[in-house]
Amino acid sequence: MFESVLVANRGEIARRVIRTVQRMGLRAVAVYSEADAELPFVAEADEAVLLGPPPPAASYLDVAKVLEAARQSGAEAIHPGYGFLSENAGFAQAVLDAGLVWIGPAPEAIAAMGDKVAARNRVAAAGVPVAPGTAEPLTDVEEAVRAAASIGYPLMVKAAGGGGGIGMKVAWDDAGLRSAFATAQSAAQRFFASPAILLERYVPGARHVEVQILGLPDGRVVALGERDCSVQRRHQKVVEETPCPVLPEPVRRRMFMAAVRAGEAVDYRGAGTVEFLLDPASLRDDDPEAGVFYFLEMNTRLQVEHPITEMVTGIDLVEQQILVAAGKPPSFNPDDIRRRGHAIEFRVYAEDPQRFFPNPGTITTWEEPAGEGIRVDAGYRAGNTVTQYYDPLLAKLCVHGVDRASALELARRAVAAFRIEGPKNNVPFFAELLENEEFCSGKYDTGLIERMRS
Amino acid sequence: MAQEVRAEMVANVWKVLVNEGQEVSDGDTLVILESMKMEIPVIAETSGVVRELKVAEGDVVQDGDLIAIID
Repeated sequence: MFESVLVANRGEIARRVIRTVQRMGLRAVAVYSEADAELPFVAEADEAVLLGPPPPAASYLDVAKVLEAARQSGAEAIHPGYGFLSENAGFAQAVLDAGLVWIGPAPEAIAAMGDKVAARNRVAAAGVPVAPGTAEPLTDVEEAVRAAASIGYPLMVKAAGGGGGIGMKVAWDDAGLRSAFATAQSAAQRFFASPAILLERYVPGARHVEVQILGLPDGRVVALGERDCSVQRRHQKVVEETPCPVLPEPVRRRMFMAAVRAGEAVDYRGAGTVEFLLDPASLRDDDPEAGVFYFLEMNTRLQVEHPITEMVTGIDLVEQQILVAAGKPPSFNPDDIRRRGHAIEFRVYAEDPQRFFPNPGTITTWEEPAGEGIRVDAGYRAGNTVTQYYDPLLAKLCVHGVDRASALELARRAVAAFRIEGPKNNVPFFAELLENEEFCSGKYDTGLIERMRS
Repeated sequence: MAQEVRAEMVANVWKVLVNEGQEVSDGDTLVILESMKMEIPVIAETSGVVRELKVAEGDVVQDGDLIAIID
């Protein structure tokens, strides 16, 4: 097995990966930009290599610099974290070509799932339910209007070249489609360097539920559990919980099976997440088998919200990623996966708690909650400056209770004890959310935050 | 009445959509900032002429920095 791992990322996820790398007795190498020199992940690594100036293109996204850092530090494997180069098939291939171990799925699997239209077609062929939508990428708005006539409104308009909610817009009619198409296309071009657009039937009031899978070295794909990620702003996740509070067991089992099939369709190895839209209107009290869900996309990497799955299963997902990459069996029995209790993650963002606009700045106070059932994965500490160059995630506050009610109570205490001063942050929003009747009932959907702020 | 348009956060200036001397209407986008992977349009809150434009594409603005004066 390799003895050193370079973590090609920053902030909380670099720190979290480094922790497991070191716990496994391996040497952790960090890379960082000039803006991040003072952050904890740099100090905690066994070695740290400066990549370059703050803009991502000149540091964390620069493939040549990251590979040079691996060469210089003698790192034998590369863990990409999430974001940045994690879903870049070209980077994965370059890592392999450099004779290093890539801690992630094969470049072919990344590419197959990265093209959202091809991914849809691929999993549909494997028997995974997909929403009515376009089987070909669209680049022309008139073509889109014609396609819309056959799919039917409302429609979700999104970039075919990438996910993460970037550029996504709902269209209710032709006029709305024309405007949404232009917005989505401009974002798609900018963020994914491709103008291709995908149209999919939009399900109003849907919940976003995803399944954590793990592809093992022997080719088996197992489902570890689901996460409900329906608390969103601007189509981006803010709070996630597991189990999904409204999912009947038979539907959960079907969803796990669909996720496993999606993984098998691309010979998936390592940790991945299959995202679905669940239509709550299709769930019936008198029939636990009823429930309609559609494949949304697959993220071929570790997910931001992976800690809540770790809390309920007791499985360290980064450890499994490393073991799978080394061709070793997982540390748990794949035939006996147990989930215990209820876990919730709150993404602490440097953003104002009203409009959710980013707010970089220097952290003057940082006091984390601690105790039984509380986990904080933080990227910063007091004295650090949060810059405008990267995403606004400061920390992930995760709680684990014996059931949902106790997890909510634990969360209320943890949120009250979390003190951050300097950049505006959304901790006050969490206090509000934890008193919100809809959220506390568990019967909420992706429109929750919008309703709270309207 | 003149409107002083100021940055509300630390950000990079991604796009400048107006020139000095240009007439703008209430609601027009003057500049698009980028901070933490989010685009933030800076909007005119009055109609008038862009008297001064203090930023260029690629600049970094601090919270409270003057972006433009509309008169």
